[in-house]
Amino acid sequence: MTTTHPSPGSGGTGPGPGGPAVDVRGLRKSYGAKRAVDGIDLRVERGEIFAVLGPNGAGKTTTVEILEGFRHRDAGEVRVLGEDPQTAGRAWRSRLGVVLQDSRDQAELTVAELVRHFATFYPRPRDPDEVIDAVGLREKARTRTRQLSGGQRRRLDVALGIVGRPELLFLDEPTTGFDPQARRSFWALVRSLREDGTTILLTTHYLDEAAHLADRAAVVRAGRVVALDAPDRLGGPAARRPVVRWLDGGVRRSERTDSPTALVASLAARLAGPDGEVPGLEVVRPSLEDVYLELIGEPAAGADPDPAAPTRPAPADARTPDGPRAVVPEEARP
Amino acid sequence: MTAAPTVRAPRAAALPGTGRLGVERTRAELRAFFRERDAVIFIFTYPLIMLAIFATVFDGQDQGTGDYSVPFAQYFLPGMIATGVMLTSFQSLAISIAVERDDGSLKRLRATPLPAAAYFYGKVGLVLATSVVQTALLLALAAVVYDVPMPWDMPDAAGRLATFAWVFVLGCAAGAVCGVAFSSLPRSGRSATAVITPVVLVLQFISGVFFAFFALPTWMQTVASVFPLKWMAQGMRSVFLPEQAAALEPSGSWQHGATAAVLVAWLVVGLVVGARTFRWRRRDDG
Repeated sequence: MTTTHPSPGSGGTGPGPGGPAVDVRGLRKSYGAKRAVDGIDLRVERGEIFAVLGPNGAGKTTTVEILEGFRHRDAGEVRVLGEDPQTAGRAWRSRLGVVLQDSRDQAELTVAELVRHFATFYPRPRDPDEVIDAVGLREKARTRTRQLSGGQRRRLDVALGIVGRPELLFLDEPTTGFDPQARRSFWALVRSLREDGTTILLTTHYLDEAAHLADRAAVVRAGRVVALDAPDRLGGPAARRPVVRWLDGGVRRSERTDSPTALVASLAARLAGPDGEVPGLEVVRPSLEDVYLELIGEPAAGADPDPAAPTRPAPADARTPDGPRAVVPEEARP
Repeated sequence: MTAAPTVRAPRAAALPGTGRLGVERTRAELRAFFRERDAVIFIFTYPLIMLAIFATVFDGQDQGTGDYSVPFAQYFLPGMIATGVMLTSFQSLAISIAVERDDGSLKRLRATPLPAAAYFYGKVGLVLATSVVQTALLLALAAVVYDVPMPWDMPDAAGRLATFAWVFVLGCAAGAVCGVAFSSLPRSGRSATAVITPVVLVLQFISGVFFAFFALPTWMQTVASVFPLKWMAQGMRSVFLPEQAAALEPSGSWQHGATAAVLVAWLVVGLVVGARTFRWRRRDDG
C-alpha cells in the first residue's frame, strides 16, 4: 500500500511547465581569447525575482543575451522555459519579455502607439492601456518617445517588454542612470509584476537593487558564479562575521570574530581609559556591499577582507564609499 | 466508464499571421517616416525641388541633337521619377535600416515574436507608399507647372502605362533589396547618410538624370549601364517622351529587354547579398 509521489521539483530538469524558468549548466562563451562566460550554472525557479550581480565586464550581459537567444554559446546546456534559445521559435519568443540595456530607438512614435503596436505581435497581449497605466505613463501616452526622460523611457521599455504577457521577463541593468525616486517607483513596478506571476531575471550592478528586489542573487565575477543565495545570505555566515575596531595607542586596529562580546570585554580590561571607554570602539557587521566587494575581489572598506591577518593597522587612505559603513573615527585621522 | 483524467496544457493562442503583422509594420513605418521631418525633406521632396529648379533655370532650352529635341522639363521628368524611386527605395532603406540597427530598434524587434518577413513587408509597404506618393507629386508638378504631356494623353497610352508599371515596380523592388544589402556597409547609423549619399549622387550624375544621357562621354555611359538607375531613367523616358526620342538614346532604341534584365539581375543580387549579410545587431555587439 505504499505509493510514491514524485516530490515536486525533483524531476525539474524536464521541459514541462513545472520545470524551472531558466536552467543553465556549464555555460561558456569566448570572444577571441577572452573568456566572457567561463562555466556558469544557474537555475531560476518560476515566480521568483533572480538577480545577476557583478561588475561591468563580468559576463552578465553575455549570459543574459545567450538566454534571450541573441548569442550562441560555445558550450553548456541552456533551457529557457523548457527550450533551447538557439533553436526556439516564435511561440517561445511570445512567452518572453526582454528589456535590453540601452534604448534610444523608435523615437518618433508615441508611447501609446508603440505599446499598441507591440501588442499586435503577441497571441494573448495585455490590454495596452492597462500596461501604460501600470508603468505610470498615462500622462505621457500621447508623447513621442524622444521627448521622454530617461526614467520614463525605461518604463516604456518595460511596457513593451510586458505587453505580451510574458512568463519570463529579462531586465538588463534597468535602472542605470535613474534618480533615487525613479528607482524606488521602478522597483515597485517590478515587484508588482512578480505578484502577477511573472518570473524576472534581472542583471544589475547596484547592490541595493538586488537587496530590494531579488529573492535570490548570483554574483558573477570574470565569467563565473562566485556566490548564489538570497541577498542577505550571500557569501555565507563567514562573510558576515562582525568586525571589531578600536584604537590602540592612536593606531587603528580591527579584528574579525564570531565572539565580539568576548573581544570587547578583553579590550575593555586592557585598554579602557579612566572613563571606562575603549578609544574608537566599533562593532560592525559587514554590509551587503562589503560582502559583495569581497566576493568580486575588491578590497572592502568596512570589513577586513583578510581573516588570516586579524589585527593590523588600517590603511592610511581608507576608501570611503558612500555606504553607511565607512565611519572613520576622528582620532584615527592624522 | 470514467474517462481518464487528461491533463492538457492550456491551448496556446495562435500567433498572429505574418501578413497581418506586415500591415501593422507598414502603418508603424509610415507613421514614423512622416514624423521624421528631415528624412521627409531629403528623401521625399528632393526630386520635387530638383525638378522645380532645373525646369525653371533651363526653361526654353530643349534637350536633343540637331535633328530632334524635346522640351527640357519633359526630358528631365523621367530622370527625376527614376531618382525618386531610387531615393524612396534604395537610399531610404539603406539609411533607415543602418540607423535602426545602430540604435537598437532591430534588436528590440528581434526579441519579440515578430517574424523577420513581417519586418521586411513593412519596409516594402513603406517603399511602395512613399514611391507612389512621390511619383504622383512629381507628375502633378510637371503637368501643372511645366506643361509636360502625361503618358495617358500621348499615343499608345496603354502601352506607356504598362511600361511605367513594370519599370516602377521592378525599380522599387531592386532598389529596396539593394538598400537592405547596402545597409550593412556603414559602421554606424551616424555614418549611414555620409556613406550612402555620395553613391546616390554619383549615380545621378552618370545615369542621365542631371545631364542628358546622350551628352555624356561614352565611358561614363558604359559605367552607368552597370547600375540600375540608368535603366530606370531610360525606361521612364520611354514612357514620357515621344517615340521619336528613342533616336536620342545611344543605342537608338528604348531597350526594354535589357532594362528588365538589368533590373531583375540587381533584384536577385540584392536579395542574395541582403539575405546573407543582414544582421539584427551592430557589428560591435558580439
